[in-house]
Amino acid sequence: MTSISVLKQREKQIYQKGKQPFEMECETKSLAGAVSQRACVFCGSRVVLYPIADALHLIHGPIGCASYTWDIRGAQSSGPELHRMSFSTDLSETDIIYGGEKKLKKALLELIEKYSPKAAFIYCTCIVGIIGDDVDAVCRQVEKETNIPVIAVHSEGFKGTKKDGYKAACDALFSLIERNKAPRVTIPDSINILGEFNIGGETWIIKKYYEAMGVKVVSVITGDGRVDEVMQARNAALNVVQCSGSVTHLAKQMEKEYGIPFIRVSYFGIEDTSDALYQVAVHFKKTPEILKKTRELIKKEVKAIVPSLETMKKDLEGKKAAIYVGGAFKAFSLIKALKTLGMEVVLAGSQTGTKEDYEVLRQMCNEGTVILDDSNPLELAKYSVEKDADLFIGGVKERPIAYKMGIGFCDHNHERKIPLVGFEGMVNFAKEVHGTVTSPIWDLVPRRQNPIGKEGAI
Amino acid sequence: MTPSRPYKETPSYTATQNACKMCTPLGASLVFQGIEGCVPLLHGSQGCSTYMRRYLISHFKEPVDIASSNFTEETAVFGGGANLKLAIENVARQYAPSMIGIATTCLSETIGDDVQLILNSMDNSINGTALVHVSTPSYSGTHVDGFHGAVAAVVDRFNPAGKKIVYRPKKKKTINLFPGMLSNEDLRHLKDIFEDFHTPVTILPDYSERLEGPSWQEYQAIQKGGTTLSAIEKMNVSVHSMEFGAVLALAAEKGQATAGAILNKRFGVPCTRLPIPIGVKAMDRFLDTLSQISGQPVPERYKKEKWRVVDTYVDGNKYVSKKRALIYGEEDFVVSMAGFLAEVGIIPVLCASGGKSKTFKAALEQTLPENLIDQIIIQNDMDFTCMEETAAGMPEEMRPELIIGNSKGYAMARRLKIPMVRVGFPIHDRVGGSRILHVGYKGAQQLFDTIVNAILTEKQTESRIGYSYM
Repeated sequence: MTSISVLKQREKQIYQKGKQPFEMECETKSLAGAVSQRACVFCGSRVVLYPIADALHLIHGPIGCASYTWDIRGAQSSGPELHRMSFSTDLSETDIIYGGEKKLKKALLELIEKYSPKAAFIYCTCIVGIIGDDVDAVCRQVEKETNIPVIAVHSEGFKGTKKDGYKAACDALFSLIERNKAPRVTIPDSINILGEFNIGGETWIIKKYYEAMGVKVVSVITGDGRVDEVMQARNAALNVVQCSGSVTHLAKQMEKEYGIPFIRVSYFGIEDTSDALYQVAVHFKKTPEILKKTRELIKKEVKAIVPSLETMKKDLEGKKAAIYVGGAFKAFSLIKALKTLGMEVVLAGSQTGTKEDYEVLRQMCNEGTVILDDSNPLELAKYSVEKDADLFIGGVKERPIAYKMGIGFCDHNHERKIPLVGFEGMVNFAKEVHGTVTSPIWDLVPRRQNPIGKEGAI
Repeated sequence: MTPSRPYKETPSYTATQNACKMCTPLGASLVFQGIEGCVPLLHGSQGCSTYMRRYLISHFKEPVDIASSNFTEETAVFGGGANLKLAIENVARQYAPSMIGIATTCLSETIGDDVQLILNSMDNSINGTALVHVSTPSYSGTHVDGFHGAVAAVVDRFNPAGKKIVYRPKKKKTINLFPGMLSNEDLRHLKDIFEDFHTPVTILPDYSERLEGPSWQEYQAIQKGGTTLSAIEKMNVSVHSMEFGAVLALAAEKGQATAGAILNKRFGVPCTRLPIPIGVKAMDRFLDTLSQISGQPVPERYKKEKWRVVDTYVDGNKYVSKKRALIYGEEDFVVSMAGFLAEVGIIPVLCASGGKSKTFKAALEQTLPENLIDQIIIQNDMDFTCMEETAAGMPEEMRPELIIGNSKGYAMARRLKIPMVRVGFPIHDRVGGSRILHVGYKGAQQLFDTIVNAILTEKQTESRIGYSYM
């Protein structure tokens, strides 16, 4: 046990399997003063649209929001890299008093002239919602003058949670797709890859699989994204949605408007990757060749990676892992992938999970596993120590929590540089986990030298 | 990309492109991390806290908890008072802090929340935890202004005008030091110096232990270390204050209520303002001043350190002499770093900062020899895109051969194909950023070695034969 106590108002967002009735509270705004790991609406929008590499991403507000998001993600591009720039209207006191519309327009025109982007996204930050700039009107004017799509993203930080930011980004994407006035032609055996952001080149791995299967990828939203490609998305026969928390809203809109069906998948771990590819193959069963090729592909890929996974598994068998991620869907895949490596999950949590998500998590986890919604540093520390985790999987903000307590760490957020999807990604993941968990340095850390409550403790 | 304009004319755009600055609440949060038992709380959206936490963690690689009052749409319409109170209560419950440092954001400032009024209604404390407020609208100033603002706010709060001085210690002559934004290693080195002078010092802020501590046996809600509130409360009975920063000094001259100015005005504590002691000359000045104030001679080891570094300068002089460098970062940092470069013979051809003090140039003019001033471009309120374009547009014989600054300049350095030496804040693409020593003779020594080696590495890499002796 640790001496860390949990805030009373947060108790219903913490569940220990087998210890209490399952009444998970979630999808609420974060508790003031709780030190949530969540960011804001703006963050949600920025994450989803960020990888579109030939678009201008202009952040309308004071400098902070742009400063802290400059080149922080590992989303790669095979061509232009405009997305890696940080553009801000950098509003000052006078702009706040007199309004920022003129500055926004001037900034936009200059930047479009300078960088010739294929489209522009204007992110509204907190303050824009307060001073009442008519960003949509400015966008319309600039779109008219420059002849490129200029789209306002209504991502004022306080207007909800990160999830609302996803929705605002989906609205912006849909608005972009709708600007394509050419007649719709459904391309046979074709898909859009949704909710894949090309972190460390992951999109390219997945695309390679689909190519081998004989499935045509019309667009990727938004990994290695291009404006023109996104605008072609209406012509796909199927939307294959990863990271469902962020882009399901878009998939639903496209289903409603264009009748494009969607399926939910994950490309993380052997099981989920195979399942994803099979699901797509089965959807195109009218072309039996696809299913045949898919079988061959999976067989070949799995065969190639099993030996190295088995070797690493020997060292990892029985080790305990804690997982804290943005969307719960990722947690599902991680639990399965860790199982492949012989590891057990003792803590699983997410920033934005739904009641249904947590129910799935509950079913997947062993007795005693702690499930957390919208957690904070103190809770994460408390439970990963109490559950004696050997590994923590999370992002930058979780890393020092784990390290301070002598727990190994694996980065699994947008800032990582290594691809973790697909079959080869599973090997990378296993190497990351194996490397940190079996490091000899844990023999030196105080918690392992003098475990509390164990013999020899001081 | 050589523009046709005269090279000293820097480009200007409406938008900021790759900013060389952060927003005000970040500086305030860092100060609060440097006070023992203090938890920073930002009055605004959840994202502000989370982004700044993430940013600071990337540099320090330590837990950096910052709470948020978590604005919602209703809060923005009806005011944030209730949320702020709830946040304060929850932080107090979870962390049992000695102090909660409350910084505002653009959001709470714009809707006009009167944070001080709200705190007054709580008697500025909760269950013995002091509540201290600093106004940090992100639309005015940069993280540096937030930093100095928070230092002043804390000093103001614990040393109120009219505070009765019970006794002024005769023997224990403490000096206040307001170092500005320095690295953990800098702060530790400064503490060692005061110890060697047998002179007690109160450094505000001091995050050197909190943001670089050991591994733990048990999780610490708040890491150990930081300036204690009891030491801050006694700052008014110190014999002297020292404030680092040439730009800050000019601001104080113009009437900015810096921490040192507040203590001087209210309690008559004299305040000496010096540039950050980077380089031998600046360090000489600091030690001489310290010796005068404390009445202690400069300890022998610093004399040794000084002559050792001068000897190093001699050994490496030909590698650096007349080399041209681009330096950027916080204004005060750039001024002092330029002073160091100038003393070893490197010409800081482009001195840039995202700061907006209007006295950047004046501070550099005070620091650098006159003949250098004519050769260099000095630009504040500058972003990395303008910096890069300016550097690329300089005539070849003026163009920088070395880039010196924080990790933010890497993309520029890579495109310009100029070797880069990482100093300052933030360093998020290397380990050990917070362990870089800039100040003192030792700092000069390490900076000099690093810079010479960067130049040598480039020479060696570029060499056709790849020689293995210098």
